Amino acid sequence: MGKMLKSGVTIKGTRNGLLFLLDDVRPFTVILNELRYKLEQSANIWDGPDTAVSIRLGQRQITRQEETELRQLFAIRRNLIIREIEAEGMPYLLDENRGIQIKTGTIRSGQMLEQRGDLLLLGDVNPGGSVRSTGSIYILGALRGLAHAGIEGDDSCIIAASIFRPTQLRIADAISRAPDKWEESELGSKFAYLLDGQIAVDKMNHLGQLWPDKVWKESRLRQ
Amino acid sequence: MGEAIVVTSGKGGVGKSTTSCNIGVSLALSDKKVCLVDTDIGLRNLDVLLGLENRIVFDLVDVIEENCLLSQALIKDQRCEELYLLPSAQAKDKSAVSATQINRLISQLKEQFDYVIVDCPAGIERGFKNAIRGAERAIVVTTAENTSVRDADRVIGLLEKEKIAPPKLIINRLRPKMIKNGGMMDIDEVTALLAIDLLGVVPEDEEIIRAGNLGEPLVFSTRSPASRAFYNIARRIQGESIPLLTFDREKKMVTKMKKWLGFA
Ligand SMILES: Nc1ncnc2c1ncn2[C@@H]1O[C@H](COP(=O)(O)OP(=O)(O)O)[C@@H](O)[C@H]1O
Ligand SMILES: [Mg+2]
Repeated sequence: MGKMLKSGVTIKGTRNGLLFLLDDVRPFTVILNELRYKLEQSANIWDGPDTAVSIRLGQRQITRQEETELRQLFAIRRNLIIREIEAEGMPYLLDENRGIQIKTGTIRSGQMLEQRGDLLLLGDVNPGGSVRSTGSIYILGALRGLAHAGIEGDDSCIIAASIFRPTQLRIADAISRAPDKWEESELGSKFAYLLDGQIAVDKMNHLGQLWPDKVWKESRLRQ
Repeated sequence: MGEAIVVTSGKGGVGKSTTSCNIGVSLALSDKKVCLVDTDIGLRNLDVLLGLENRIVFDLVDVIEENCLLSQALIKDQRCEELYLLPSAQAKDKSAVSATQINRLISQLKEQFDYVIVDCPAGIERGFKNAIRGAERAIVVTTAENTSVRDADRVIGLLEKEKIAPPKLIINRLRPKMIKNGGMMDIDEVTALLAIDLLGVVPEDEEIIRAGNLGEPLVFSTRSPASRAFYNIARRIQGESIPLLTFDREKKMVTKMKKWLGFA
């Protein structure tokens, strides 16, 4: 028989209630789906007196949003009461001022996406739309509206986009507007950063000069 | 039960009423029961485009205020089997009706008709919010100009928050010559920016202005490019997959057009 895939959600009974061990390798959404299935299915096992639940995340930290989703799942079973959520040797909540938040969709005219941490947007920002974040902003799509990185003053933030056509850029307190006309030669991905208090724009292949420690080097995964 | 389709744009004068009326007539000509509803209260238009102005006795506001029955306010267009117009009121303003009232009215109409086409006023305020209530589908009309596309984008954002299917796009008054010399955005630019499915492209056509003045919608008489475009849009609305027309004989355009064949 082949190797069995480890269950994403392992449940153990202890003296103090139930222990939910959540696999820390697979994506959290997969784990949540498995958890929902387990909580919804075997109804008869769950009905009973109030039981304290401890959730162990292993080597995984979760966002506030993910915590809410997790708690909502447990709300299916009234008698299961979450007493603690733990990650191994670190706070279970991600520091939202760090880490990358991934969002997808189009930010249209009149709309604003605002959030903490670095933002990875898989989608477009249209003219009249804006994205704001306390960290850097990376856009896998077209930036045609306004982007403001480092809204709480972090002047080391950058704004990068695959299609770079912003109407206005802001980093920390600095503001710069787009040229009146974009040259055709200016196609291609670009990033903006602060240079002596002024916003400068450069081609993506020059980002290594700003972030030398992030330049990739050939390496292999250790097995 | 029929379905209600609201025709919106954000910006005024881009062709909502023209589109509503030509789509409505096309649908009626393919044996559907169609009701056109003019929700632009205070700026009545559809009746003029259809040449039915002189037959108005009651209007939408009369129905809502229960001054008459719905059936009394519906004007039958004699040129089609089943085409009716519910005209808007000219002497009232937008505050005369609420979203709930419009919603109830549209539901009532859906019981009698296959398609209820709702012509929406310009803007994103009350008149717009009223008009989109009760519709399950939305069409956004834009021209290939910056300001009009910008307003369309805003409207799409608002529609996406409603309980309504993802809106579909019509690009109106397209002028291939102007695109070629860079004076107008091309279809790819507009669809890339708005990121919604294209329902059709209608070329600039003088006949439309003439038709509007005569009160004889284009699709009745001529076989001009704009008329064919509206007719095809009506077929796509009914779920057929019709390739987009080419208004330009150049090969490059043809290959570009092919890419849009997927849009139904
Ligand atoms: N494809 C077109 N070609 C030429 N003129 C057009 C076209 N579409 C609309 N028009 C003209 O533009 C004007 C505004 O159209 P209308 O349908 O009343 O717009 P809206 O209802 O959005 O305000 C009218 O005079 C109409 O005749
Ligand atoms: Mg109009």
